[in-house]
Amino acid sequence: MTSEIQTKTSFLHDPSNPNLRFLEEVSAHTAGVSRLEMCIQCGTCGGSCPPAADMDHTPRMLFAMIRAGFREEALSSNTPWICVSCYHCVVRCPQGVHIADVMYTLKSMAIRAKLYQDSTAPDFSRSFVDNIEKYGRSYEFGLATRHYLKHFPLRLPGMAPMGFGMLTKQRMDIMPHKIDNIDQLQAILERAKEVEGLS
Amino acid sequence: MTGPFDSASKSPERIGVYVCHCGTNIAGVVDVAEVRDWTEKRLKGRGVIIARDYKFMCSSLGQEMIEKDIQKLGLTRVVVAACSPHLHEQTFRNACQRGGLNPYLSELVSIREQVSWVHTDKHAATDKAKAVVSGGVERVIKNEPLEPLRVPINEATLVVGGGIAGIQAALEIADAGFPVYLVEREPSIGGHMAQFDKTFPTLDCAACILTPRMVSAGTHRHITLMTWSEVENVSGYVGNFTVTIRKRARYVNTELCTGCGICQEKCPKKVIDQIYEAGMGYRKAVYTPFPQAVPRYPVIDKPNCTYFSKGTCKACEKFCPTNAIDFNQQDELITVQVGNIILATGYDLFNARRIPHYGYGRLANVYTNLEFERLSNAAGPTNGEIVLRDGKTKPKSVGIIHCVGSRDRNYNNYCSAICCMQSLKFAHLVHERTGATVYNFYIDIRTTAKAYDEFYQRVLEEGTLFVRGRVAEVTDAARKPEEEGRLIIQVEDTLAGKQRRIPVDMVILSAGLEPRKDAKETAKLFGISCSADGWYIEKHPKLDPVATMTEGIFIAGCNTGPKDIPNTVSQGAAAAARVLGRIQQKEIFIEPVRASVNQDKCSGCRICNNLCPFNAISFIEDRKVTEINAALCQGCGTCVAACPAGAISGTVFSNEQVLSQIDGLLMLNLEYMKEAPELVAV
Amino acid sequence: MNDKYLYYPGCSMESSAKAYSESLAAICEPIGLHLEEINDWNCCGATEYIGISLTPAYSLITRNLALASLQADGTRTVVAPCSACYLNLAKADYYMQERPILGENVNTALAAGGLHYDPGSLFIRHLLDVIINDIGLDKVKSKVVRPLTGLRVAPYLGCMVPRPDYEHRWSNPEYPNELDRLLKTLGAEVIDFPLKTHCCGGHMTQIGPNTAFELIRRLVSSADQYRAEVMVTLGPMCQMNIDAYQGEMNRHFHTDYRMPIIFFTQLMGLAFGLNAKQLGFGRELVGTREMLQRIGVEAPEPIEAVPAHKPRMKEGLPMPRMPGDEEVN
Repeated sequence: MTSEIQTKTSFLHDPSNPNLRFLEEVSAHTAGVSRLEMCIQCGTCGGSCPPAADMDHTPRMLFAMIRAGFREEALSSNTPWICVSCYHCVVRCPQGVHIADVMYTLKSMAIRAKLYQDSTAPDFSRSFVDNIEKYGRSYEFGLATRHYLKHFPLRLPGMAPMGFGMLTKQRMDIMPHKIDNIDQLQAILERAKEVEGLS
Repeated sequence: MTGPFDSASKSPERIGVYVCHCGTNIAGVVDVAEVRDWTEKRLKGRGVIIARDYKFMCSSLGQEMIEKDIQKLGLTRVVVAACSPHLHEQTFRNACQRGGLNPYLSELVSIREQVSWVHTDKHAATDKAKAVVSGGVERVIKNEPLEPLRVPINEATLVVGGGIAGIQAALEIADAGFPVYLVEREPSIGGHMAQFDKTFPTLDCAACILTPRMVSAGTHRHITLMTWSEVENVSGYVGNFTVTIRKRARYVNTELCTGCGICQEKCPKKVIDQIYEAGMGYRKAVYTPFPQAVPRYPVIDKPNCTYFSKGTCKACEKFCPTNAIDFNQQDELITVQVGNIILATGYDLFNARRIPHYGYGRLANVYTNLEFERLSNAAGPTNGEIVLRDGKTKPKSVGIIHCVGSRDRNYNNYCSAICCMQSLKFAHLVHERTGATVYNFYIDIRTTAKAYDEFYQRVLEEGTLFVRGRVAEVTDAARKPEEEGRLIIQVEDTLAGKQRRIPVDMVILSAGLEPRKDAKETAKLFGISCSADGWYIEKHPKLDPVATMTEGIFIAGCNTGPKDIPNTVSQGAAAAARVLGRIQQKEIFIEPVRASVNQDKCSGCRICNNLCPFNAISFIEDRKVTEINAALCQGCGTCVAACPAGAISGTVFSNEQVLSQIDGLLMLNLEYMKEAPELVAV
Repeated sequence: MNDKYLYYPGCSMESSAKAYSESLAAICEPIGLHLEEINDWNCCGATEYIGISLTPAYSLITRNLALASLQADGTRTVVAPCSACYLNLAKADYYMQERPILGENVNTALAAGGLHYDPGSLFIRHLLDVIINDIGLDKVKSKVVRPLTGLRVAPYLGCMVPRPDYEHRWSNPEYPNELDRLLKTLGAEVIDFPLKTHCCGGHMTQIGPNTAFELIRRLVSSADQYRAEVMVTLGPMCQMNIDAYQGEMNRHFHTDYRMPIIFFTQLMGLAFGLNAKQLGFGRELVGTREMLQRIGVEAPEPIEAVPAHKPRMKEGLPMPRMPGDEEVN
């Protein structure tokens, strides 16, 4: 698995380097400069995190695991999927670690490594992205219904008043909206995937 | 290229070059033997008659080698390629002098800081070392024999800041029999230490150990105490500073005042004391900050005085039994002559409001460390009762947060050094006086000095609960009934790996130490340098920690960085020892490294006037030219570079010397070039 | 000088946040805000695309900035009303500078669509920032004809506008005062809401409802403790989570909160004397009738000034003062 990811992320680093550590790999896939190596394990992130109680590991523990090279454990953790992107940890981190963006990185790596256990969250992201790639816009109605139908069918009756309300208040479109130049967007995304080594 | 390398201009000098290994510091990267061989061969034409390498040139054997060569080979110039001139320039100059050569006919060039420590490619580093040596040789040819300047030392010393560092320094010097001016901007000396209740780790009462020193300083026959005063101007140079001090109007005639305190009792105007009581208590508009203040005379705080703002009141004047109140007093400007200056200007506390999620200023029962010192102080606003902001309720549980504003790149990167011990002290005091449950929230416990870790053990034994985790937030937003009406500390207990919410009644923030808000202006006033943060920079952080790069100006205490009381006192004493050493010498030799103005060339443009960091440049109005005071000039070269007319030059760094050195540095490149370089017209 | 702003609405403005869109349209004219929509903009990917892949996600976002550049015509500011869109656009611009390889790759992708974006060439700003700092509170104040006197509002900014704030556009990432100041200018009584930048659960309402319900409960119950009559927000996702999922949250915890949440632009419109329907009122699921009635009343009953648990002490030890206290309170 490791080698597969390494060869696919061609632009980010030298794929022929066998010594690429897990931490470096995570940093390489992160949008900005991750500063992961600067973590002093103070726990500001885990203390700040609103849904920390629902996480397998606090972000701090996850960073210790990444540093220790516990690849499978880290990518199987539900922590990045529970992250709500509130950025409390990011602005409070005394070491300036880009924590929220590292969480996104871990999600994408977990998907590629097929190591996530709970399929709900990745599936939601995937459906959301499918809509964007097809229409150029998000499509809340289709997404929400499909998603709840698939993952929380028992909740649907409970949610019906809310869905009904959203429809009658005209806050949800039944038909998706498509941008004019969808061909251009699709070409851009295709090229982006090539660059990323995904196609 | 014109030049120095033509055989026609062969140097008449007899030069010795010494390449140092510095153990493996240099030899580990630079091929020292190759540098020596190359120098001997290639620079022969430049006058090098001998080149040697040696393991430690700074050792006595290394120095003797130079001395012998001067005598036996008749060297007229010496170049040592070793470490930075900061470290050993004086060593090798002395060696030359002992060998009978004028010390200024030597050059120390750095192949350690500038070569071996900053490069890994051995081949390239060796080449660079050759270039550096070649530059040194070209430069030393242009050196002139100089004599150091001799300056008499004024016996008086100025100590700025009357905290424990300044008091210690002043007493040491005064006890030796020399006069001291001790200047303090608050109404009393004592500084931060006077605000504390107990001192760690021994828990002696701060006032009990400090006030005897304050009294000694206040009554010492060799100490002139100037409180409610600030230094306004400094001119002159080591041995001969002229200092102007603004003695602010006290509106109290200190000749008549007995310090009886009736004025303070009668004054109707009560204001929050933001300085001494850290905002926790009140004082009057006429006040001494605390009962043991030195001097005992009060001051009238003009902006808050009813008479000054409304024109009526004068209660103090009416009741003063000795007619000491004088509303017509004016500020005085006092000029003193001193030979040395010690700056002991202290620190400010980190402003805890900058971390809004810790709630200080918003949540009543969040206190800063200084506020807590006042709260626990028997002479404080609650007579030492540790209570909530309502003034009466004793807390049942208290959270103490370490590292507030410290070790955090959002605020201050550094460790504030005293917070761990201070927080442990707080834990002990809360436990002892209230029996409350105490939590200490820490990242690391740093208890490195004598008897410090033993104190940590003691606090552990007392049952303080330690939570390893930097606190994320302090909030009053309750989630559960047991959190209602309390302060909730939210933190990851990193040892348990779980987020916790701990309800407490009181939170104490161990806010870090920061440079004084005006540290940079003070540094400029005295012509010393400070870091970007504002901490003053030592001449050498390890080997000369109380001196500055400016001769005659010393620093002590927290203005160089956070320090505990023992270290602060040591520094005060150390600075005094340095000053006493100077005074005993009666005169001082100062480097003849000086800039001078060719007044025929000077256009009077004044560009250089404000650039001098040492205030050595003055403008002579009637002749419209600039002049440099040789004793004040430290030879930094700023003015030389800035002068558009090229009218300023410096001994030891003349244009000729600098350009020759550059020629020397480039020589190696010329060797490698197949063709002669094209000169680009500038 | 071109005084227009390039406007990136984001998908929600056309669906779940129609009230935001309608009220914004209504207040533009009175405050002299000239918005020009970016032609053929696409979705920013919310918080989903960046969790799947890096370059495609940032290319998706940056296509909008590239289109905006083409339309710039002398202006350099892109305004987004939605928190997530604002953050995504701002982050893309920032990270493409912080890590140039990302910028190069994104531009390689954009080139496939004949587009290009120079990171740093546009200023990405949130609508509230523009209203406070460019239009100014004086201008806003001059348009107030129906001050919201006596209405207790909880300012709720959520996460993604004040954080991470790499460009330092806000007064503080945890306790920014911009929204408070605006609402005070409208005459409302603004509570010192401790959770003003805490999380509404984001996409967790979709993928982990129990996690989200807990976060929604914290916000609503805290606003309720402070006796706020309405929460005022500036992000479609925040409004949607707290409004549309409040019923489900109540069922989950067996509670009965009815805390309306509306967009700040709606309150601005009310204060400007515009009619409620035009401002999108009626689209919310937690009704605002009581709140509206309160403003309709000519002389509202006096309200106790501060919440009970934060007393101003008459005696005891003095409270440390905060800089800017006068301005905000």
